[in-house]
Amino acid sequence: MQQSLPGTRNVARLLRWGNRRLSDTIFRGITILLVLFVVAIVAGVAWILISNSMPAIQKFGFRFLTNQAFDPVHNVFGVGPAIFGTLVTSAFAILFAIPIGVGTAIFLVDFCPRPIQSPLAFIVELLAAVPSVIYGLFGFLVLAPWLQGSAEPWLQKYLGFLPFFQGAFHGLSLFTAGVILVIMVLPLITSVSREVILTTPTTQREALLALGATRWEVIRHAVLPYSRIGITGGVILALGRALGETMAVTMVVGNQASPISPGLFNSGYTLASVIANQFNEATPGLFFSAVIEAGLLVFIITLITNIIARVLIYRMGHRVGGLAT
Amino acid sequence: MSITVEQQQPTANPFQAPRTAHNARRRISNIAIVALSLLATAFAVAVLLFLLLYVLRAGLPYINLDLFTKIPTPNGEPGGGLANSIQGSLILVGLASLFGIPLGLFTGIYLSEFGGRGPIATGVRFLVDVLTGIPTIIFGLFAWIFIVVPQQSFSGLAGGVALGIIMIPIVARTSEVVLRLVPNELREASLALGATESRTILRVVIPSARNGIITGIVLAMARVAGETAPLLMTAFGNPFFNSDITQPMDALPLRIFNFAESPYQAQINQAYAGSLVLIVLILITSFAIRWATGGFKHGGR
Amino acid sequence: MAIEVRNLNVWYGRSQALHDITLTIESQGATAIIGPSGCGKSTFVRCLNRMHEEIAGGRVEGEVLVEGINIYERSIQPVYVRRHIGMVFQRPNPLPTRSIFENVAIGLRLNGLARGDALKEIVERSLTQAALWDEVKDRLNESAGQLSGGQQQRLCIARALAIEPKIILMDEPASALDPISTFQIEDLMRELRKTYPVVIVTHNMQQAARVAEKTVFFLQGRLIEQGETGKFFSRPQKKETEDYISGRFS
Repeated sequence: MQQSLPGTRNVARLLRWGNRRLSDTIFRGITILLVLFVVAIVAGVAWILISNSMPAIQKFGFRFLTNQAFDPVHNVFGVGPAIFGTLVTSAFAILFAIPIGVGTAIFLVDFCPRPIQSPLAFIVELLAAVPSVIYGLFGFLVLAPWLQGSAEPWLQKYLGFLPFFQGAFHGLSLFTAGVILVIMVLPLITSVSREVILTTPTTQREALLALGATRWEVIRHAVLPYSRIGITGGVILALGRALGETMAVTMVVGNQASPISPGLFNSGYTLASVIANQFNEATPGLFFSAVIEAGLLVFIITLITNIIARVLIYRMGHRVGGLAT
Repeated sequence: MSITVEQQQPTANPFQAPRTAHNARRRISNIAIVALSLLATAFAVAVLLFLLLYVLRAGLPYINLDLFTKIPTPNGEPGGGLANSIQGSLILVGLASLFGIPLGLFTGIYLSEFGGRGPIATGVRFLVDVLTGIPTIIFGLFAWIFIVVPQQSFSGLAGGVALGIIMIPIVARTSEVVLRLVPNELREASLALGATESRTILRVVIPSARNGIITGIVLAMARVAGETAPLLMTAFGNPFFNSDITQPMDALPLRIFNFAESPYQAQINQAYAGSLVLIVLILITSFAIRWATGGFKHGGR
Repeated sequence: MAIEVRNLNVWYGRSQALHDITLTIESQGATAIIGPSGCGKSTFVRCLNRMHEEIAGGRVEGEVLVEGINIYERSIQPVYVRRHIGMVFQRPNPLPTRSIFENVAIGLRLNGLARGDALKEIVERSLTQAALWDEVKDRLNESAGQLSGGQQQRLCIARALAIEPKIILMDEPASALDPISTFQIEDLMRELRKTYPVVIVTHNMQQAARVAEKTVFFLQGRLIEQGETGKFFSRPQKKETEDYISGRFS
């Protein structure tokens, strides 16, 4: 008996149970209607963002990306510093989350004693389930003061030759936002990497083991080359997450314009935090439109990173699930 | 047999590690990777534990009956509670579910039972996956423009819609996965007995996957219960009780956001207490889901 | 003798896969291990190079003496056992992201055995031993994934030969291949047995008869019979052996 494709429809077709009753047509109709509704919502979101940004797009064009502030007095709006802040904090987050996340995944799959592997993976995934406002609360009340008082001075003392660690110390800064983002994207990278590493074919591992390879050599020559694509997908997914993160970042990034400089200890803001802070001030017209345009930018950036990430992950042959994703 | 002198002399054990610099380096890098990856894991676990314990310690003293029955006091006077926020959250999640569950579930049904591997289904599936990656504030903007601005008023309805959209991909994805796990033989048996497609799906397939579907729904509800960004410009917040969805409405995460940056210590304390409530809720649902999906791999009954 | 196995008992978790196996493998020539599916022949062979313990729940008790030394001795690390006991697997498993040259060279690089010109010589020599050199000598830098199944398996044999193992283990090396490639591999086995002790697991009795001087029969985790191949097939001593040979079960 041939293997039928999954799904009631395909099975029904195969069995040629052709007597489609009215109930079937209705049911199928409702289902498709609802799916179309979902598609319409996505299209609607895109449409509403675009159409409402139009005034600002027409007025500023690409200068929107370079104008330095939201200035309702002079009716000049721009997200230059916001883009800078977004890129800096996200890059920081990814830079540190990759080694920690992939390292954790490697530990969980290859070195962790089997009985605690699953519970430990679950604990790491729990990090993703914590609402971002709680990360914001923690960041604002606990992390920021501590970083300002201890970590930032320490970094300036020992690594102050780097332009990143120069300048006055602020608790509410790009640095703090970056640190919080590391914690927030960590479970995503770990989760995707772990799933991908688990699918490394045993035959590949065995090929190296049989030659007398150490654990690390098996990982380096069999597991990582195989998992590279999927892990990259996970990293890009995490990047998307960092680029769009709103609450935690808004609460710790300082929300003050600083001149664009490499100093991480300065306050700043991100695209998402601009939206959160300015929507309530926005008077109808250009101001409103500018806020929406910021939202459109976030939408586009995260859409692109997401698409790239999913394509990479699909190439590894599966979709990732789990709490973190 | 006789043992010659040569045999008696211990030949170098070929299975011992050759004492070369090369092998020393191999040994070191092997140990290093174990140590570093262990460190990474320890870091992740430590951060989570520290966070949880800190919120527990800071919030527990302020968990009392008042928290669940009274509304916030003005100007940080001692006392009061977060009752309106909790009520608002419940209403908003309920509203979101009304909107998001049917849309998400039927999308999952479509993808599993009707779409299969066709190009349209693949496209929809991709769309759903991409939807999960969009920052939630965008949906808040959508509801803001679509509902709040025309109504000239912040409202619980707008908040519910924004949260509902967030729920759709979560429910759709988990539903599709569990529906697919239902063995095809069940469908064949049902159809062969003369049941219609719709009957098969409704009476046979969905009930088989019931646990997994409920899991997905609970996951989605827990997720939106903690969302703040989309509510900023939709529900907006409300220091009083309000169950009218056409008016601004409070929610626990909104209140936490508000109080976290407050100059009054009493409000900060309540922010911690509220966070503790939220975290406990998340933990319970996460553990429940894990427990439920433990028996899940055996076929989804 | 090359390998002496004494009282080997092997488990997967709680279930015992091999019961009290005692056996010797000669230091030259090929030994075939036959038996129905699930009889433990693959498990047995994986205990000879300490691969079994890599499986979750894998446990081994007993002694396996190679050149007089028990490879399960506490002070010995499995890494250095496996380096000396080569293995070829049922499904050819070259590293797909690497070139043909690199696939053969990797064992040498990992173990620090050769570099530069010496490395190239050994790679050529191994590929020649595996009867693959002529077919690939002009495309050493191409990806190993481009080769056919039979070629990939010969590549894996070359890879194993490159680090000069003391013993070669082969776990049904031809069962995933087409008939022509199978014959090529069998030719190779007959060549290799002249210089190495080779242990071959096979479910194909004719293959055992063609390739091995000694045959061993496993059934349900126990060693039933062993003997010189000719006598083994023409005059089996145990009833189970006879039943298996005559095809009563497989």
